[in-house]
Amino acid sequence: MSFDIASLTLILPELFMASAGLLLVVFGAFLGNKSLASISWVSFWVFLAAIFMVLAADWSPVTIMNDMLILDGFGAGFKIMVLAGMMASVLLSLNFVITQDGLGRFEYPILMLLAGLGMLIMIMSNNLLTVYMGLELQSLSLYVLAALQTKSLKSSEAGIKYFVLGALASGMFLFGTSFVYGYTGSIEFQAIGSSVTALASGEAQALPAGFILGMVFVLIAIVFKISAAPFHMWTPDVYQGAPTSVTAFFALVPKVAAIALLIRLLHVPFAAAVDEWQQIIWFVSAASMIVGAFAALVQDNIKRLLAYSSIGHMGYALIGIVLATSYGLEAVVAYLVIYMFMTAGTFAVILMMRKEDVPVTSIRDLAGLSSYQPAMAYALAILMFSMAGIPPLAGFFGKLYIFKAAIEADFVILAVLGVLTSVVAAYYYLRIIKVMFFDEVANEEIVFVKSKSLRVLTWGSLVFVVGFILMPSPVLDFAQSVISGLLG
Amino acid sequence: MIIGLEHYLTLAAILFTLGIFGIFLNRKNMIVILMSIELMLLAVNINFVAFSAFMGDLTGQVFAMFVLTVAAAEAAIGLAILVVFFRNKGTIAVEDIADLKG
Repeated sequence: MSFDIASLTLILPELFMASAGLLLVVFGAFLGNKSLASISWVSFWVFLAAIFMVLAADWSPVTIMNDMLILDGFGAGFKIMVLAGMMASVLLSLNFVITQDGLGRFEYPILMLLAGLGMLIMIMSNNLLTVYMGLELQSLSLYVLAALQTKSLKSSEAGIKYFVLGALASGMFLFGTSFVYGYTGSIEFQAIGSSVTALASGEAQALPAGFILGMVFVLIAIVFKISAAPFHMWTPDVYQGAPTSVTAFFALVPKVAAIALLIRLLHVPFAAAVDEWQQIIWFVSAASMIVGAFAALVQDNIKRLLAYSSIGHMGYALIGIVLATSYGLEAVVAYLVIYMFMTAGTFAVILMMRKEDVPVTSIRDLAGLSSYQPAMAYALAILMFSMAGIPPLAGFFGKLYIFKAAIEADFVILAVLGVLTSVVAAYYYLRIIKVMFFDEVANEEIVFVKSKSLRVLTWGSLVFVVGFILMPSPVLDFAQSVISGLLG
Repeated sequence: MIIGLEHYLTLAAILFTLGIFGIFLNRKNMIVILMSIELMLLAVNINFVAFSAFMGDLTGQVFAMFVLTVAAAEAAIGLAILVVFFRNKGTIAVEDIADLKG
C-alpha cells in the first residue's frame, strides 16, 4: 500500500476542477440563474488554469493512489485536448443558453465542469474501478445536460434515450469488467497486462474464452461512448433532440476522452490480446465509415447530419487504432485535433443562425445564404470542404495521415474502404454548399446573432483549417509526443 | 450437488440477458426499463462477488459496493429525466417516446 499526501499535488488540476465545481454550485444556488454568465466565464478560466497546471506538471510516467491513477505524457496530452475542447464548448454555449427558453440555468456550466472532470479521470485511470467512476461521472452529467431544456419535449426525449442506452453500455462495461477480473485476478492495468501475457503464452497457447468475452464487452461499452457503429443508434436522436450547444459539446469532447481510454486499454491491459481486439476494432471502424457515409445521405436536419458525420469521423480515427503501430496512433491524435477544430467551427456557425428567432436546424433553410450573407456562407463552405477531406484543407491531411499509416501497416482494405466512403460522404457535405450557393432564397432570411465568442471560434477554426498546410508541424509534434508518452 | 463458480456465473448471465431483453422487448412502460437496468447491474454484482469469493480476493466485493452506490445515483438521474419527460408528454409509455426520427 502506498499513499502519501504529496501525491495529491500531482492531481492538482482535477482537485482544482472538483473544488471549483462545488464552490460554483453554492454560488449558483445563492444567486440563481442570473449568475449563469459569470459562472460560465469562471468555468472557462478554470479550464484554462487546469491546462496550465497540466502543462506545468512533470510528464514522466508515475502511478499514484495505490496504482489507481497514472500520470504520463499520453494522459497529459489528451487532458490538454479535452480541456481545450471544454473551453471551446463554453464559448459555444455562452450566447445560445441565454437566448433559449428554459435553457439558461446556472447548472449548465457546472455540469460541463463535472463531465470534464469525469473525462480527465477516465484519461488518467490505471484501474478498471477508476475507469468506471470516471465514465459514470461523465455520463451522468451528460444525461442531465441533454435533458436540461426541461420545457422541450425533444430535449427530454433525447435525455431519456441517452440515459437508457448509456446505462446499457455501463452495464456491459461492468459485465465485461467482472469477467476480466475473474480470469486475470486483477482490475489493475499492468497486472491484467502481465496476466494476459502469461495466459497467452501458457500451456493452452490461447486466451480463455471467458477473458475474451470480458474484453469484448468492455470494448463494446467504450465503442458505445465514442458512438461508433454498430453501437451508434443513440447518436442521431440525442444530437437532434439535445439543445444545439449541448450537441456541439457532445460532438467535441467526450469522444476524445473515450478514444484516449480506448487506446490505453488496448495497449496496456489488453496488449497481449492484440490479434483478438484488432478484429473487433477493424469491424467497428469499417461499419462506422459505412454508416457515417450512407445514413447521412437522406438527412435534412443539420444536427442529425452532423451526428452521422461524427460517426464516420470516428470510423476514420479507429483505423489508426486498428493498426496498433505508433505511427497509426499519432495519426489518430492528429486526426482528433483537426476534427475538434472543424467541429467547433461548424457548430459556431450553426449556433449563430436564427430564423424568426428560432435556431435553424433544416438544411433547406440555408437556401441562397450566399446571396445575402456571403462571408458566413463561405466560412461554412470551407468547413464543409474540410470535413469532406478536400485538399488543401486540414481535413484532407487528417485523412491522409490515417490512410498512409494504414497502407504502411498493410491494412489496405481499410484504407480503400476509407477512401470510398469519403467519396460517398463528400456528397452530403457538398449538398450543403450547393443549397447555400445555388438554391433560391426560400422565404425568410436567416439572421446571424452578434456574438463575439462564436465569431472568434469560427474565424479561429477557419484559420486553422486553411493554414494547416503551411504549418502542420505543431500538431504532428504534439501527436508524436503524446503517443511516445504511452509507447515510449 | 455442490454449487460451484459456474453456477453463479450462469445465474448472473441469465439475469443479465433478462435485463437486456427487458430493455429491448418492453413496449409498455419506462419504469420497467429502469428495473431492467437495475437487474443488469445486480447480475454483474453476483459475478463480482462470486469471482471474489472463489479467488479469495477482496477487490471484487469492493467493486460490487461501488457498483451499488453508482447504481443508486444512476436510478435517481433516470427517474428525474423521466419526470421531466412525463411533464412534457403526459405519458411514459415506451411506444410514445418516438418524436425524434429521421
